[in-house]
Amino acid sequence: MSEPPSEPILEVRDLTVHHGQLQALEHISLRVFPGEVYAMIGANGAGKSTLLRTISGLHTPTEGSVLLDGKDVTKVRPDRRAILGIGMVPEGRRLFGSLSVEENLQVGASYARKGPWHIERVYELFGWMKDRRSQKTSQLSGGEQQSVAIGRALVANPRVLLLDELSLGLAPVIVQRIYAMLPQILDTGLTVLLVEQDVSQALRVASHIHCLLEGRTTLEGRPSDVDARQVEAAYFGLSGATAAPAEEAQLWSGSTTSSRGS
Amino acid sequence: MEWVNDVIQGILTGGLYALFACGLSLMFGVMKVVNLAHGDLAVVGGYVALGVIAITHVPVLWSFVIVVPIMAGLGYLLQRTLIQGALDRGVLTTLIVTFGLSVVIENALLQFVNANSHSLGVGNSIVTGSFSIGSQIQLAYLLLLIFAVAVAVLLGLQYFLSSSRYGRMIRAVADDKEAAQLSGINYRHVFGIAAAIAFGTVALAGIGYGMYSQFSPSTGTDTILLFAFAAVVIGGLGSLWGTLVGGVVLGIAQQIGAQINQSDQLLAGYVVFLVILVVRPQGLTTRRAQS
Repeated sequence: MSEPPSEPILEVRDLTVHHGQLQALEHISLRVFPGEVYAMIGANGAGKSTLLRTISGLHTPTEGSVLLDGKDVTKVRPDRRAILGIGMVPEGRRLFGSLSVEENLQVGASYARKGPWHIERVYELFGWMKDRRSQKTSQLSGGEQQSVAIGRALVANPRVLLLDELSLGLAPVIVQRIYAMLPQILDTGLTVLLVEQDVSQALRVASHIHCLLEGRTTLEGRPSDVDARQVEAAYFGLSGATAAPAEEAQLWSGSTTSSRGS
Repeated sequence: MEWVNDVIQGILTGGLYALFACGLSLMFGVMKVVNLAHGDLAVVGGYVALGVIAITHVPVLWSFVIVVPIMAGLGYLLQRTLIQGALDRGVLTTLIVTFGLSVVIENALLQFVNANSHSLGVGNSIVTGSFSIGSQIQLAYLLLLIFAVAVAVLLGLQYFLSSSRYGRMIRAVADDKEAAQLSGINYRHVFGIAAAIAFGTVALAGIGYGMYSQFSPSTGTDTILLFAFAAVVIGGLGSLWGTLVGGVVLGIAQQIGAQINQSDQLLAGYVVFLVILVVRPQGLTTRRAQS
């Protein structure tokens, strides 16, 4: 893979987010470069979804900032951020249940930016969809709903696409089918930041992984630079029992950012 | 034959009730706001019409051309400020705020107009007249006109919601406003548009009521709001055509009640309302919500 360009398309600086009294994220920083598939992994409650929701503007951080193309968007409303190019497939799909498949896509395209994606192209990506475009989304299977949710985000032509737990509640074979679409989506010049509980799936598709544990960064790097034991330790917060001490020091410092060609 | 006449008169008044109810239903369906000031806003529409007619001398029948946009604008404004502010603090707060709005409107009308009853006299014989079918059935042109307007408004709303870009956005926001935001939709603006439509329809209803009957500052809470609520509940909450069904059922019940005993007119309407609430709480036109 070629070295990423030097300017990140999306940057999160020192982000701290609270849910009421509870601290959900603690001083999280990350930089996503154009064309990358940046995967956030971590167990339930690690703060992954909160991170995506904060990037899309649905949550307001206590501290820190979100930058799109170097411009601070921390105070920008979620709908404005969407128009600026931050698209999101939210956790649980969140389709408009009383609307048809096509209407869901039309709503997604309400304030679309100029770009390669349009409704017909989504129909090409998901072959079954055109024939069933007038069905209510509540009549679709989980995998089909997820596809519509992806299509709804794509037709807005986002610059960065946030994917929150695509695999949630879906059979493994469906998950693989959906992830198999990713290259076709990336070919159109999108950058993807995804959250995934299914670590092996994330490792397969990601160009960069970032592990969260209870709101803190525990591991960051390219999939090729980390081994399974490191990931396991970072994911579960295990101590030296599974990871060698020397590796661990590197693991927990989060210093792997510097190892990237930035 | 008398009964046939009652049913027909009931159906026609039902059109007016539907006009009252559809705005209430829309605001609940889209932003989950139960607008307790809805009846007072209809009365405000009536007073605005009086003022507009006094100043511009437009015919009563055409006053809506000016009144409806004024009320729609007011609706957008109130939604973006007062009602949105209440919504941001929780759905229950909107009950308190719209109740307060209702009290303020009623007292402001008492203060600045007076407690007397007013009506929008239609000096046009085509509108005031009626024609009869057989010896028993008399159809007032005015009621026919109001019924036709109600059906036209519902058809227009239906078309707008199902086929236009903004209608689609209104439905999307009603389903999931967070997901709508992720598609670039400013849901507050969409709420404002929905409120503008609701206020526009209630202004039409207020004008219709003023031509059909008399209104005073208290008419909004003691008659119109109750009729609108009854129509919405009978027809089914959040269903557009349900408001027409509900309005018609309420209208027929009232007419039949009046036939039995003049003083039972309102009672009969509310009995039907309560029976529906007990037997079929989801209303006549909506299916029971699936969990």
